[in-house]
Amino acid sequence: MVSRLTRGERELAIGILVLLGFLGLAMTAAGGDGPLGIHGLVVIACAVGTTFVVIAGLFATEPGDDRLSRYYDDPSKVGIVLAIVWGVVGMFVGDWVAWLLAYPEMTFDAAWASFGRLRPVHTTGVIFGFGGNALIATSFHVMQRTCRARLPDQISPWFVLLGYNLFCILAVSGYLMGLTQSKEYAEPEWYADIWLVVVWTAYFLLYLRTLARRQEPHIYVANWYYLAFILVVAILHIVNNLAVPVSLGHAKSYSLFAGVQDAMTQWWYGHNAVAFFLTAGFLGMLYYYLPKRAGRPIFSYRLSIVSFWGITFFYIWVGSHHLHYTALPHWVQTLGMTFSVMLLVPSWASAANALLTLNGAWHKVRDDAALRFMMVAAVFYGLSTFEGSFLAIRPVNSLSHYTDWTVGHVHAGALGWVAFITFGSIYAVVPRLWRCREMYSARLVEVHFWLALAGTVIYVFAMWNSGIIQGLMWRTYNESGTLTYSFIDSLVAMHPYYIARAVGGLFFLSGAVVALYNVWKTARLAAGEQTEAAGDTPVAAPAAAGSLQAGE
Amino acid sequence: MFGFHYRLERNTIGFVLAVIVAASIGGIVEIAPLFTIDETVEEAPDMRVYTPLELAGRNIYIREGCYACHSQMIRALRDEVERYGPYSLAVESQYDHPMLWGSKRTGPDLARVGGKYSDDWHVAHLNDPRDVVPQSVMPAYRWLSRTELDSDDLGLHLKAMRRVGVPYTDAMIVNAENDAYGQAAPGSKRAPGVAERYGEGTNIRAFDGESDRLTEMDALVAYLQILGRLTDAAYERKTEAEE
Ligand code: HEC
Repeated sequence: MVSRLTRGERELAIGILVLLGFLGLAMTAAGGDGPLGIHGLVVIACAVGTTFVVIAGLFATEPGDDRLSRYYDDPSKVGIVLAIVWGVVGMFVGDWVAWLLAYPEMTFDAAWASFGRLRPVHTTGVIFGFGGNALIATSFHVMQRTCRARLPDQISPWFVLLGYNLFCILAVSGYLMGLTQSKEYAEPEWYADIWLVVVWTAYFLLYLRTLARRQEPHIYVANWYYLAFILVVAILHIVNNLAVPVSLGHAKSYSLFAGVQDAMTQWWYGHNAVAFFLTAGFLGMLYYYLPKRAGRPIFSYRLSIVSFWGITFFYIWVGSHHLHYTALPHWVQTLGMTFSVMLLVPSWASAANALLTLNGAWHKVRDDAALRFMMVAAVFYGLSTFEGSFLAIRPVNSLSHYTDWTVGHVHAGALGWVAFITFGSIYAVVPRLWRCREMYSARLVEVHFWLALAGTVIYVFAMWNSGIIQGLMWRTYNESGTLTYSFIDSLVAMHPYYIARAVGGLFFLSGAVVALYNVWKTARLAAGEQTEAAGDTPVAAPAAAGSLQAGE
Repeated sequence: MFGFHYRLERNTIGFVLAVIVAASIGGIVEIAPLFTIDETVEEAPDMRVYTPLELAGRNIYIREGCYACHSQMIRALRDEVERYGPYSLAVESQYDHPMLWGSKRTGPDLARVGGKYSDDWHVAHLNDPRDVVPQSVMPAYRWLSRTELDSDDLGLHLKAMRRVGVPYTDAMIVNAENDAYGQAAPGSKRAPGVAERYGEGTNIRAFDGESDRLTEMDALVAYLQILGRLTDAAYERKTEAEE
């Protein structure tokens, strides 16, 4: 990897890492033996470790200028592997906490091992570790192909990818130490948040710089979604995390907003993390890898336009459906509900667009598990957006809110849609990145597919059952007009479903482990094989390579 | 329209600006007025701030992720009001930076748990929930009683809270650490200052059963016992409605 960097780039990398090391040192100095100080040590360790890797390759022969006539895929390769590793870790912790809800004694009397600290490790691990790395890795791959332009330089993609992973490490290790802002899906503390802003700015600029070099006059649909993902997540992240630290030497901070305003801001963020992280970004993947793999053009360009702007405009309004019947003013709840229902139109337009693209390629769906992953993803996307709009209706929400039904809904989306499209895209992109014909084992892709589908179905059915039962038990009255069930009654009724859910999760996790093995094997084998994918170069003529350099 | 888009998607900056505009409107319309419309948060003149000990307890509640299983928001629905008490008002979380309304009830709502159980019950329950509720799936938090409360920087915490808008006085900030000790040591020299600064109704007790040591258990129980009791506004509204 380092050998593909020029000498100047290697030195620049070391320069950045030294700066990072000093940053870590400053954190240690300010934070002492508190959590901020420990995080300083983590930063130093990451900087030093990476520096060693760079120094080991510092004097390797430099790449020639012919590198400029090929896409730069090293960061994508590393990003894909990181994504799956985070996926396995995050899913493992998720399944672990699922078992904790059935057998609560397994916390070893250790603070870090209790449910409340592990749960964000799971959510951050899968959303940001698995999903985020997959988004970054595929976006690098997709933007180069759809722009027919090479990444503008070889350092900023590494800065984005590794910097982002540093954020994830700070987040997860912080939770284990008890560091959290308690804001759902935005738990990391202020300094990690600031770091993410730096990384994200570099990501945005990298995207713009690549677009500026594009050889295609039009920006392809997939890039609209990736762009919306990067932009809006930045806005959400900054506003939601506004906080005042106790002091510069303290890891802890107090949110700028309180009470009802904070609730609205948090769910404006929370639901749009679903919209722009877990939907827009992954629609970007869908719009590139699904038509590519199926060998069919997108069914309708106009439908793509309508659904893109529909999603971008409507989603922002719907966060307040998380706060029905609460102290949030009624008018905001009503707006949230109305837009949630309207949102179904662009959501289903996207799902339909994806499924109709497969027309004429259904035999491929039957034979090719990678494409089948993407097809099922589109189906689950349709199902869970329907369910989402339904649950946002106030009276339905009065039953479902606070129950496992929400958890089931989230997982229909997270497993059925996000993870399925991700794995489908991974199986499509890995052979192309490592320049070999196919995955190491098509059989294992098939095995993974069925494990993942079984896991998702078991999980979702278990949570539908438990959620609806729970919701009904809480509101059941007996003849004398008093509540029939105590809270504990409802808790006891959940036990079998909690076990079923954990079993479903175990299926899904096993599938991810199979994927990790398969990708690893593919990468190892490819080292020997090396077939050049025809036409997978940004600019054929060497003259153009010169002009690329000029643009740098 | 599609012709316009055909041109828009050739222009990166134009496209970026269009996304920002489209994605900003909803948030601005829904969030900005919450800061300006007066009716959003009710009046409650009796509303008091958290004592340093309660604030430390709240931070432990956050640290341990209790909010992942417990809500603190009773919705305006008959069964919730009958199960948990008067529905929650916005003013009750006015000083909650951040709010802890929660989104999942693996355990019951805690918005009005203050005063529902004795301190001893909470200590026993937190040490091992299954000692008191055999069917419980709540984790045991035994380390809270073992761990001394880190109280020397509580003044800084209060100061930061003041910076985000909570009306802590200078006296409260200066005496933060003393007050934390005083609240858990009734009869000690430090105790009277607490009632003086935070009101006669403040709970001053040895929450974990021992007044010579200030533990994380003291702080967390002090916090749990004040939940729903910072103001009577919700109860007043209920009696008004009944009359
Ligand atoms: C894994 C989910 C979970 C976590 C995390 C959790 N609890 Fe609980 N909690 C429950 C369940 C389930 C019950 C009901 C059974 C019982 O009383 O133990 C409960 C009950 C309670 C009760 C009694 C409420 C009542 O009205 O009877 C209190 C108080 C409480 N929890 C406080 C806490 C605190 C404080 C924390 C964090 C230190 C916490 N819980 C973390 C699940 C959880």
